[in-house]
Amino acid sequence: MQSLTDIEKHVLNDFQHGLPLVPRPYQALAEKLDTSESVIIETLKKLKDNGFVSRVGAVFRANSIGASTLAAMSVPEQEIESIAKKINEYSEVNHNYKREHYFNLWFVLTASNEHELNAVLDDIELQTGYPVMYLPMIEDFHIDLGFELDFNTNLNTVGAC
Amino acid sequence: MDMKVNYRQPVLPPQAQVDEQDEALIKLIQTGLPLTARPYAELGKQIGMTEEQVINRIAYLNESKIIKRFGVVVRHHELGYKANAMTVWNIDDDKVSQLGACMGEFDFVTLCYRRPRRLPDWPYNLFTMIHGKDREHVLSNIDFLIKKCGLSTVEHDVLFSTQRFKQRGAIYRKQ
Repeated sequence: MQSLTDIEKHVLNDFQHGLPLVPRPYQALAEKLDTSESVIIETLKKLKDNGFVSRVGAVFRANSIGASTLAAMSVPEQEIESIAKKINEYSEVNHNYKREHYFNLWFVLTASNEHELNAVLDDIELQTGYPVMYLPMIEDFHIDLGFELDFNTNLNTVGAC
Repeated sequence: MDMKVNYRQPVLPPQAQVDEQDEALIKLIQTGLPLTARPYAELGKQIGMTEEQVINRIAYLNESKIIKRFGVVVRHHELGYKANAMTVWNIDDDKVSQLGACMGEFDFVTLCYRRPRRLPDWPYNLFTMIHGKDREHVLSNIDFLIKKCGLSTVEHDVLFSTQRFKQRGAIYRKQ
């Protein structure tokens, strides 16, 4: 983390929401950081190349334009790698994690509609031989303004309630 | 498989109405904006829209809350937030909205969703994703949340991730 420049830190932290909807959005960001448009563009490219930034763009509200769900499976420890690999092969799967629980495999699926989503869940059950617990979102309580990054100290218990 | 039927209720909420042009735009912006001086103009060129139309449509998707957040999407793990725990809570149905709203305001809570219980296997109905630099940091964030939202008597479980098999942005419309 020490290797990040001040500009990089600001680019990572300050523009996680509300990217300007103007013809030259990166120029607008540059003005806020007192730098040039090309510095912003090059910084974003670099941060993307080294994996700190996934993209500059939209986070869609769950289930607003497509169907998505969290799903979980309980699989034997010795099979988890091979089952995870099978699940990763579906383009509809965007997250897939092993977690410490009886339900040890947790993944998120997104498709354009519920019918497609169900077909994928059916196929995963068929291909792996284990039932999938289907946990679609019912209500979203999170106001997504991004994530305040702490580049220095160890604790980050910022919040309001 | 009885279990499977039980695991598949309820159905998802209805989707927002988007027109054909929105569909084309969503297909392009789901993987990110071009990193060039005029990104909206460039997107427009690909789908026969002007720069102004693209900007107006994204503004509409924002206002109608189809887009939740529009900006730089960072990867927490790569930025040193090595630990993440899906922390799940079993909250009385009549209190879940109030407590969910309380938890959803903290910036270290990156997701806060109500989801169905799957009894008897799964009693939890509120899901929060908590990030931290390490396990201790995540646990102290959870303690903080319990204190601030009055959750000391609420049954919960902390599911740390131990391996990431896949993480990328969702594909809502196949290319």
